[in-house]
Amino acid sequence: MKQLRIDEANQEATRRMIDARPMLSTIATAAEVIPALAAAERRLLHAGPPIEWDRMSGPLRGAVIGAAIFEGWAKSEAEAEKLAAAGEIDFDPCHHHGAVGPMAGVTSPSMAVYVVENETHGNRAFSNLNEGYGKVLRYGAYDAEVLDKLRWMNDEMAPIVKSAIEAAGGIDIRALLAEALHMGDEGHNRNKAGSLLFAKLLAPHIAGSAASAADAGARRKVLEFLGDNALSVLNPVMAACKAMADAGHGIEGSTIVTAMARNGTDFGIRVSGLGADWFAAPAATPDGLYFSGFSAADANPDIGDSTITETAGLGAFAMAAAPAIVSFVSGKPSDALEATLEMYEITFAEHDHFTIPPLDFRGSPTGIDLRRVVELGITPRVNTGIAHREAGIGQVGAGLVRPPIEIFEQALVAYAERYDLG
Amino acid sequence: MTGRENRFRMSHLKHEIRRGAYADSIVLMQLQSALAKLDGVEDAGVVMATPANRELLAANGLEPRGDLAVGPDDLLIVVRAESASAAEAALAEVDRLMKRDAESGTSTYRPKSLRSALVSHPDARWVLVSVPGRYAAGVAREAVAARRHVFLYSDNVSIDDEVELKRRAVGEGVLVMGPDCGTATIGGVGLGFANRVRRGPIGIVAASGTGLQAVASRIDALGSGVSHALGTGGRDLSGAVGGATALQALDLLARDPETRVVVLVSKPPAPEVAAKVLAAARATGKPVVVALSGTMPPLDRVGYLHFASSLRRAADLAVELADGDGGGTSGTRATSAGGPGFVRGLFSGGTLALETTQALRFFLAPLASNLGVEGVAAHGEGSGHLILDLGADEFTVGRPHPMIDSDLRLRRLAQEASNPDVGVILLDLVLGDGSHSDPAAELEPAIRAALGKSGLTIGVLVVGTDSDPQDLSGQIERLEAAGAKVVRTTDELIALVVSTAGDALSTAEARPVPLEDLEAISCINVGLEHFHDSLAGQDLPVVHVDWRPPAGGKAKLQAILARMG
Repeated sequence: MKQLRIDEANQEATRRMIDARPMLSTIATAAEVIPALAAAERRLLHAGPPIEWDRMSGPLRGAVIGAAIFEGWAKSEAEAEKLAAAGEIDFDPCHHHGAVGPMAGVTSPSMAVYVVENETHGNRAFSNLNEGYGKVLRYGAYDAEVLDKLRWMNDEMAPIVKSAIEAAGGIDIRALLAEALHMGDEGHNRNKAGSLLFAKLLAPHIAGSAASAADAGARRKVLEFLGDNALSVLNPVMAACKAMADAGHGIEGSTIVTAMARNGTDFGIRVSGLGADWFAAPAATPDGLYFSGFSAADANPDIGDSTITETAGLGAFAMAAAPAIVSFVSGKPSDALEATLEMYEITFAEHDHFTIPPLDFRGSPTGIDLRRVVELGITPRVNTGIAHREAGIGQVGAGLVRPPIEIFEQALVAYAERYDLG
Repeated sequence: MTGRENRFRMSHLKHEIRRGAYADSIVLMQLQSALAKLDGVEDAGVVMATPANRELLAANGLEPRGDLAVGPDDLLIVVRAESASAAEAALAEVDRLMKRDAESGTSTYRPKSLRSALVSHPDARWVLVSVPGRYAAGVAREAVAARRHVFLYSDNVSIDDEVELKRRAVGEGVLVMGPDCGTATIGGVGLGFANRVRRGPIGIVAASGTGLQAVASRIDALGSGVSHALGTGGRDLSGAVGGATALQALDLLARDPETRVVVLVSKPPAPEVAAKVLAAARATGKPVVVALSGTMPPLDRVGYLHFASSLRRAADLAVELADGDGGGTSGTRATSAGGPGFVRGLFSGGTLALETTQALRFFLAPLASNLGVEGVAAHGEGSGHLILDLGADEFTVGRPHPMIDSDLRLRRLAQEASNPDVGVILLDLVLGDGSHSDPAAELEPAIRAALGKSGLTIGVLVVGTDSDPQDLSGQIERLEAAGAKVVRTTDELIALVVSTAGDALSTAEARPVPLEDLEAISCINVGLEHFHDSLAGQDLPVVHVDWRPPAGGKAKLQAILARMG
């Protein structure tokens, strides 16, 4: 495959990613929209590349335990662990089913999920609902408080938000992100503006919701929950990014990375022209700032599907748009500019819709090109939350991480084999 | 007392409350981490005083005793230290630690690749390449593909890469100066190692870095100056490279209105390349001083071409020409239509033939002779221009010397004249006691017959005095009457050949290098940071690429990338 052909393939892959128009269309029960979850007796989706129980890190195991109890497969932690260890629960990456989930990313059959439809190309993507801060399943917490919140989200919040989304005629997440980037978000670690926009767009429809559970108290609680949670929109954003990235996947000959994901043990990528294969290696521990009382010693290796935002040209790639969180990179707005400028080195295109004010509204660096990563030895930057290494403790900080260079090198070698480049 | 509190009972806790002082949690986390690093500090907590955050502080032994009367809008700063004074000292640092660097948000980003430098600095027309040799061709190729001029300082670039690079550069209308090009001065800006030379009317094209510097410095010392000094790399005038860059540089200087005189400096060039390059030099229509170190042609001047025997002499001559009337040039570019055919020299005088051969080897290619001149093919090898000493042993076995008996020469003259590939025939005629008593009597009809063929030129070098028995002026008259062009010195003979049969300047495939690219240049520097600093020191717009070997130097991956393009 000559350079021109690779460039053409990459042009097509990135064009499709950029042209994709992800609309949040509704909320559904996971098993209804993800057939694989209905097709097995006990199956859970998780973040990152494939992994089995024995290699799972603390937070992922905790989330699995919580989900098993939530689904009624087990009554206790011990029962859930026994089931998992005995191979009685199937594990499959979210990414294999058009889904993505932050941190542990565990998605079980009866959980409510956002449904995002790419109006341009027709593909769909899914993500679970964001639980907010504190003790949450995505960080591996699974006590009664966590499960009660999940049940409230499923039973009360989801129907109200679903009716609101539908009443609003769907929400254009790409447009929301474009606006949020101009309000100081980068779409991954900082979603303050985007979450407020999300709440604003839904608020009138929540207020007027006809959902059966929607009494005044429930509506108020949902509005408060959405408004208080600066990560409310993260999950629809991730699903939108997944819908955009998937639109660019499967282009023969393309070297564009279409998925980056971590399961708390491994960091994996997929490449547009390399089919369903994952290229994975042990995930690093993020370099970051820690909440009071925690340090790097508490940190779990990198975890979560939220790197789909960087894959789609957001997150650390759009760092220059989010000066308020530059401290993760080291402290000065100029460092944020440099973070984004560095990512242009390894991307193939610039986004038409996601633009960065401090760079004269230049399009965000979009479409990681495997060739450039390997050639320059520059790995993608990722902004991320940091999970405690033990299940159930939650977030302990936030910072910056990069995938291991080996996975890009592996992918390049695989590309050479597949396309007969010796 | 809980275990945790117990653990900290020897510690000292101090706190500070800042009411209504909202700060982003990241600022708080940063401050907290900075406080915790101070001497004597065990831990620190900096939070907005929400109930949840206060619980967190308590869990870490950071909750101040007593009722604090704080709310969620208040900033609570707590330090736990080995001593009360360390805790107080830490709190005193809070303002300093929270103060942000005043540096503006302007980026000092250094591109990591030529590709991104080209995107961020689209106006930079020059790329300086000084990366290790095995990577240099790749970087230069990328620059040429982007239609940028390349100053290729790197050495250890293969000749094949050089040929290929320059072939592309000629097609794109950009210069590749190098490889192993140490110096150049473009519009007053020194690239690589360069002397600070005042600007002036003299352009330099040099296949030798120190040669360029020596000439430029001397020009400056003489009070004149340099318009542009273009390096070509030491191998440019080799047979393989064919003077690709020198030809472009001469063409540029020909079009440059500031340049009135050109100096061409080179180590000994390949003969066929010398012919091409001197044709281009003649085509400039400007005086060109040629300093070919080591191999001086045995003549001072051919038309506007001046040959200098040393670098110093080249500089002196150039300044002289620039200060004078421009060397008597036409001011318009000479157009050489190329010779009508090959040159044949049929000499009776061996030394005349030798001197002619030595001079013509710089102008004619391919050239052969039976004189054993270095760089000139032996007689009988190949086809092309040919200079023969008919007085050589091979022709005089069993017959008299041609100065006495012209039979052999006349027959050869007739034979060459009938060859459709021959366009110029050179003869010599040596008069004096002992020579043929009336050579014109034999030559005149032979010349007349030969010139019956259209397009043929016959030049005759006559050596003699007015006192010679053959009647010098009478001989000349008769030769001229027959149609021959008569000259009295080898210089004139060479000039005659060059103006009639010199190599045509072939620029069919060349795209002209834009003249404006030589002014107000801006650069991308890939490689030695020293060169960036030098350019920045000249107040030049320059961006440094933070270059590293591709794929971390891993050969297997580099090979794959090379195949992917």
